[in-house]
Amino acid sequence: MQPIVTKELTKKFGTFIATNAITFEVKEGEIFGFLGANGAGKTTAMRMLCGLLRPSSGEAKVAGFDVYKQADRIKQNIGYMSQRFSLYEDLKVKENIRFYGGIYGLSNNTIKEKTKQLLQKLQMEAEADQLVSALPLGWKQKLAFSVAILHDPSIVFLDEPTGGVDPVTRRQFWDLIYEAAGRGVTVFVTTHYMDEAEYCDRISIMVDGRIQALDTPRQLKAQFQAESMDDVFLKLARGK
Amino acid sequence: MKTPIVVQDVHKSFGKVKALHDISFTVNEGELFGLIGPDGAGKSTLFRILTTLLLADKGQATVNGLDVVKDYKAIRKIVGYMPGRFSLYQDLTVQENLDFFATIFNTTVAANYELIEEIYVQIAPFKDRPAGKLSGGMKQKLALCCALVHKPVVLFLDEPTTGVDPVSRKEFWEMLQRLRKKGIAILVSTPYMDEAMLCDRVALIQNGSLLEIDTPQHIIAQNNKPMWAVRAKRMYPLIQDLRSFPETESCYAFGEYLHLTLKHGEADLDKLHAYLQPKGHEEFSMHPIQAGIEDCFMELMKSEKV
Repeated sequence: MQPIVTKELTKKFGTFIATNAITFEVKEGEIFGFLGANGAGKTTAMRMLCGLLRPSSGEAKVAGFDVYKQADRIKQNIGYMSQRFSLYEDLKVKENIRFYGGIYGLSNNTIKEKTKQLLQKLQMEAEADQLVSALPLGWKQKLAFSVAILHDPSIVFLDEPTGGVDPVTRRQFWDLIYEAAGRGVTVFVTTHYMDEAEYCDRISIMVDGRIQALDTPRQLKAQFQAESMDDVFLKLARGK
Repeated sequence: MKTPIVVQDVHKSFGKVKALHDISFTVNEGELFGLIGPDGAGKSTLFRILTTLLLADKGQATVNGLDVVKDYKAIRKIVGYMPGRFSLYQDLTVQENLDFFATIFNTTVAANYELIEEIYVQIAPFKDRPAGKLSGGMKQKLALCCALVHKPVVLFLDEPTTGVDPVSRKEFWEMLQRLRKKGIAILVSTPYMDEAMLCDRVALIQNGSLLEIDTPQHIIAQNNKPMWAVRAKRMYPLIQDLRSFPETESCYAFGEYLHLTLKHGEADLDKLHAYLQPKGHEEFSMHPIQAGIEDCFMELMKSEKV
């Protein structure tokens, strides 16, 4: 089963077409980079795929569920993390894990066990009772990512997970992504860092609501005769 | 001519947290000065002290010769400030926001139109749209216009391009270059290392301390450690193998390559090849490269942590 399949997926707001008939598939265990300029329609597309926004037309299945009829099943079966909002700063580390476990409907026993595993894996046992606001950013990120996949979803959506993060922490975060992908988790990620685009198996670039390019970073560079993904992006997004 | 920004031994703590520790630097006339560092490094605290919104615990600072404590009212009239968080009125239109900020400063958009023209023409098609409905790049252009509307002498831009796509970022920096040529001193912070290269000088800030102040070109030139770009068909196993190699000093992903430094530089190369040989990485390639600004910063950040 393909984790994401869309066909002519479209969203209109009044006369404005935010997402214009996008068709693509994401393969199992793939790191799929979803790129585009601000306002190109990425967020709208992502919201539809997460079951948060009803499309105007077209089809899409995520984790095998239909975005029109089974939006709730989608929400239960995906993970989601964004840089802007993921953890409650005024809750303790432990409380955040418990909260997300509860939201995803895990049993108390499972939550207990997962909390223990997770704290051990992140080497954060000593910080379990600290408020999230007191954690260094890198730790917050690791925790946010781990919490987003607490319920073992087959696919995780990462919306600009590394915005404003220092270069070392950014790379540590990608180690987590690689590791998750290595375990078979499909990763759908947006970023404005073009070097990160290179870490993806395949990337799509949206321009004005449409997917204008979709391929491996290597192929895209060859296709656009570009030195780097930055060049590819500039060539595509400028050609409005 | 007065020096646009002088900061001397500034300290600031919030409870136990040392937000700024012994910060000193100068921004010269017409200089585009970059403050480079991650979230939580203390950048915004420094901006707030210099824009007279926050008092330092210790130390002095002047903006265009005016003291940030005694002359705060005069400073507020001559600086433009773009805070990190989008701070325009979301429910006012583009035009209303501009008029609002112009009025606050007792001027009009028309009076200094020449300064904002290049930026304004890009947002003009959306002038009747509420600011909250603009895309990220457009919001930042509007915010820059609002910060320039009273023709400031010094411009403070706190992470103006965070979350902005590469095309808009490029356009934004082209505008900064033009403003600099008009003699406006600019202090700009960013988490993007590629933007550091576009500054006249940069200061790297981490955990409230400045690690280095220099031209980006000089920072790069100072780093003479041999570095290699390495790749293979499957990158993640390659990273893991390289990191487990005992003589590896650092190994980080950089776009399509890994950047590798070895403890004894070239002397370790034979050992490395012998180590990698049995691992059988397909399509393996390796070539020496010159470290870039991001490599240098990561190196500096690391030495600070130890």
